[in-house]
Amino acid sequence: MSEYYTALDHLALLPAILLGLFGCAIFLFDFWLFPKASDKSKLTWFVILAEGFTAVALWRQFSYLQESGLPALVAFRGMLSIDGFTLFFNAMFLVAALLTALISYRYLEQEGEHQGEYYGLLLMAQCGMFFMAASTELVTLFVGLELMALTFYVLVGFLARDKRSNEAAMKYFVLGSFSSAFLAYGFSLLYGLTGSTRMADIGALLETRPMTDPLLMLAVGCTIVGVLFKLGVAPFHMWVPDIYEGAPTPVTAYLSVASKAAAVAMLLRLFEGPLAGSRELWEPVLAAAAILTITVGNLGALSQSSVKRMLAYSAIAHAGYMLLGLVAGNATGIKGIVLYAFIYTFMNLGAFLVLIGLHRKGLRGENLEDLNGLMRTNGFASVAMLIFLVSLAGIPPTAGFLAKYYIFLALIESGHYYLALIGVLYVAVAIYYYFRVIRAMFFEEPDALPQLRMSRGLRLAFATAVVATIGIGIFAEPFVRLTGMTLLR
Amino acid sequence: MTDNLLSIILLTPLAGLLALLFIPSANKQALRLTANIAGFLGFLVSLPLVFGFDRFAEGYQFVENFEWIPFLGARYHLGLDGISLLLVMLTTLMGFLAILSSWNAITDRTKSYYAMLLLLQTGMIGVFLALDFFLFYVFWEIVLVPMYFLIGVWGGPRKLYAAIKFFLYTLTGSVLMLIAILVLYFQYHQEFGVYTFGIQELLRISLPVATQHWVFWLLFVAFAIKVPMFPFHTWLPDAHTEAPTAGSVILAAVLLKMGTYGFVRFSLPLLPDASNTATIVQVVVALSLVGILYGAFVSLVQQDWKKLVAYSSVSHLGFCTLGIFALNPNGIAGSIIQQVNHGISTGMLFLIVGVIYERRHTREIAEYGGLAHVMPKFATVFAFAMLSSAGLPMLNGFVGEFTILQGAFERNPLWAALGVIGIVLGAAYLLWLYQRTMLGKVTNRKNLGLADLSWREMAIFAPLIVWALWIGIYPKPYFEVLEQPVARIVERVRPGVYPPVPPARNVEAATR
Repeated sequence: MSEYYTALDHLALLPAILLGLFGCAIFLFDFWLFPKASDKSKLTWFVILAEGFTAVALWRQFSYLQESGLPALVAFRGMLSIDGFTLFFNAMFLVAALLTALISYRYLEQEGEHQGEYYGLLLMAQCGMFFMAASTELVTLFVGLELMALTFYVLVGFLARDKRSNEAAMKYFVLGSFSSAFLAYGFSLLYGLTGSTRMADIGALLETRPMTDPLLMLAVGCTIVGVLFKLGVAPFHMWVPDIYEGAPTPVTAYLSVASKAAAVAMLLRLFEGPLAGSRELWEPVLAAAAILTITVGNLGALSQSSVKRMLAYSAIAHAGYMLLGLVAGNATGIKGIVLYAFIYTFMNLGAFLVLIGLHRKGLRGENLEDLNGLMRTNGFASVAMLIFLVSLAGIPPTAGFLAKYYIFLALIESGHYYLALIGVLYVAVAIYYYFRVIRAMFFEEPDALPQLRMSRGLRLAFATAVVATIGIGIFAEPFVRLTGMTLLR
Repeated sequence: MTDNLLSIILLTPLAGLLALLFIPSANKQALRLTANIAGFLGFLVSLPLVFGFDRFAEGYQFVENFEWIPFLGARYHLGLDGISLLLVMLTTLMGFLAILSSWNAITDRTKSYYAMLLLLQTGMIGVFLALDFFLFYVFWEIVLVPMYFLIGVWGGPRKLYAAIKFFLYTLTGSVLMLIAILVLYFQYHQEFGVYTFGIQELLRISLPVATQHWVFWLLFVAFAIKVPMFPFHTWLPDAHTEAPTAGSVILAAVLLKMGTYGFVRFSLPLLPDASNTATIVQVVVALSLVGILYGAFVSLVQQDWKKLVAYSSVSHLGFCTLGIFALNPNGIAGSIIQQVNHGISTGMLFLIVGVIYERRHTREIAEYGGLAHVMPKFATVFAFAMLSSAGLPMLNGFVGEFTILQGAFERNPLWAALGVIGIVLGAAYLLWLYQRTMLGKVTNRKNLGLADLSWREMAIFAPLIVWALWIGIYPKPYFEVLEQPVARIVERVRPGVYPPVPPARNVEAATR
């Protein structure tokens, strides 16, 4: 350990090191340890092991914060900050990656694409997310983002022989790189304006600049474009439906929850950090974007015949609601976004589980008709799906209600009555398309195919998601309290 | 035990639901039996309320108050006053009868059916017991999902349309209510520095009148959709007509009362200044009167038996809101008694339609005629239900409507005059319905072989007829139960207009 890499630096970096090492280990030794395709599902255990180690590392960081009483463990001279925020988001990523690993193996076997790299990529993406939540420096943040984005480009196109998967990967790559360029441009302008890439310095130096400075406006504008793209917020949402639909369903599930949560973490790090001072510049922009997003997402979802695509549009709408929490601009709003992202992880991942269970080779099982009469063939799965959809719609006593409730709470508290009004009215619109799925499952008669079949991993994931979606809704107190530690200011 | 009586009442249906889950779906007999036992138990455990309730005591009784989400200030706070007592008793009785009435009617997916009815039961009881606005909202929303399934799975030909329409209408209202709740919540925090959803605490806030106005309208839309008041009533004919019998009974008897209960429990006491504004009173009363007359006229021209009963609900609920916004003791007390009455009589009418539909599978009025010759017991029960709904003296409907009109007359004789027209029209469409279906010769040969009421069916109607007679002949206990809470509400909305009477017990003591 030297001056440039102290014990504390090591502690701060530990989860990323573990994730990276385990990921690389899979890349290097997979062909040697598990040469046969039928053995690849054992890699799930490997991922569970990796996540176990990562959890221990996160726990050590947490107990360090507890013992030292410090608000944050700042490492590498202000490049990384391990605080409640980082830990909370990383716990979220961990859960998402773990559940994704559990639900993937059967799907990949069916598609005949069961490669070990898949699991390595899952871990590498999580490693990128770690940096997105932990960085307090622009370059580190950007590298984390790119690590996540690059792995996702590969994951989206993982079905190498499937046209739609390939097309989705290509689209995602082109558009994603484009948006990263915007973000990089924004970051470089911020650096140019302040001479530092550390968020704390940038924030302090921007205070002195007038809001009307065109360079500042350009910097903030480019940053907004880049972040909103990753979050899938209108008018930069065009990629979401196509990529969600084309990607292998487990990847879609992972993308929709973990990548979104990471984008939220990045959003908060930037807009509650260095850009907090220029709120008057970006608040109206984000407010307009949020309302546009909720509108586009909800209206787009109304007419979809593919459940996967419908969930993609619903994901757009949910991003809009999360953004509203930032627009509210108070502590409640920030807690609201974090809580929203946390709850969304379970309910949205849960909603994809049914599609994964229905999936067969050559028969994708994602259309609304494929769910017809599911109640008769698999009561448990359809009741679980009902819970997820009701939660996504935001009806108590499910957790989804609590998530939306917190956002509205923040908006009313900060006096944004009209935004709250528009937000709640779209809840009624959302009911319509979520309930189309419920209608298919419960009211229609079953067709001959496909039957739902569940692997052990899928069952476990189902149970976890159901328990979380109901449990957080009813025993909300500890979770609401936890979000209190994620405040950045 | 009395410490947790309300929780027991609330959770008994839920316990029944859990028991159902462990019974295999194929064993329909056991499922039916369990559900009926759970329903009956649910009614039994609510009986101690009637005997234990102190009608002269002020404030809420049987209170339970625990922390739930302290971070938000939401509490698990249950309590009961005279108003909720009547509505809870109505719920537990009607819930049980609805389950009993489904014995033969539901053969498809029996397990889920009874599970949904029991879940609905818990939600409705929770709405009437909650003294915490957040808890109230949660129960209010819980009610939607089982009702959606009851209509959507076991309903009539246009069930899918009716189910989603019901859901969307009510949900739109309730999300608006959510905003109103939050405004009150923050107002309380601003004034007292504490976050709470407690209804008694929220009474202490002093909102500016302008804010009260738009909060009132937000709540108004939520409650008016639920009642439903004209012009928000369009979901009701669809939902009522398409729902299975038990669903219609619950909808009419209990679910609609959630709206009127909302007005009495929240709109008036929380927003007293707004509620007493001339504009608001005039608008709401005008909508009520339009509802009364419109509902009655539309009922007159219905060809469908069940639809006729559905539209008659619009008319009868108009009386309830008219009474509430007369803003005097007679109007409000009459309105609450009329809510119970409507539950009894319209509940019976829907059960009657259910009985005949089970036998003939049609609701066309023209298909029937002269049934009194074939089904004399049925005709007698129907006569009771019809007369109670039409407001014949000595039966329950008369007491409620009379008191409401008394209250309305005190405010403005014109309101009462228009209301009376509604009563006349009500008698007209009900008597005409009776005449067309029951009297005369049997016109349709298919009706010749119809079986009269079975013992089970008689058992469903018996308690309702007894209750109708009780309210009609001796309504005093009902007015006594309501006196305190109603006086409190009126005093809050129009302070000093009706000087508070000392509790009756003190008067008794003084005269002794």
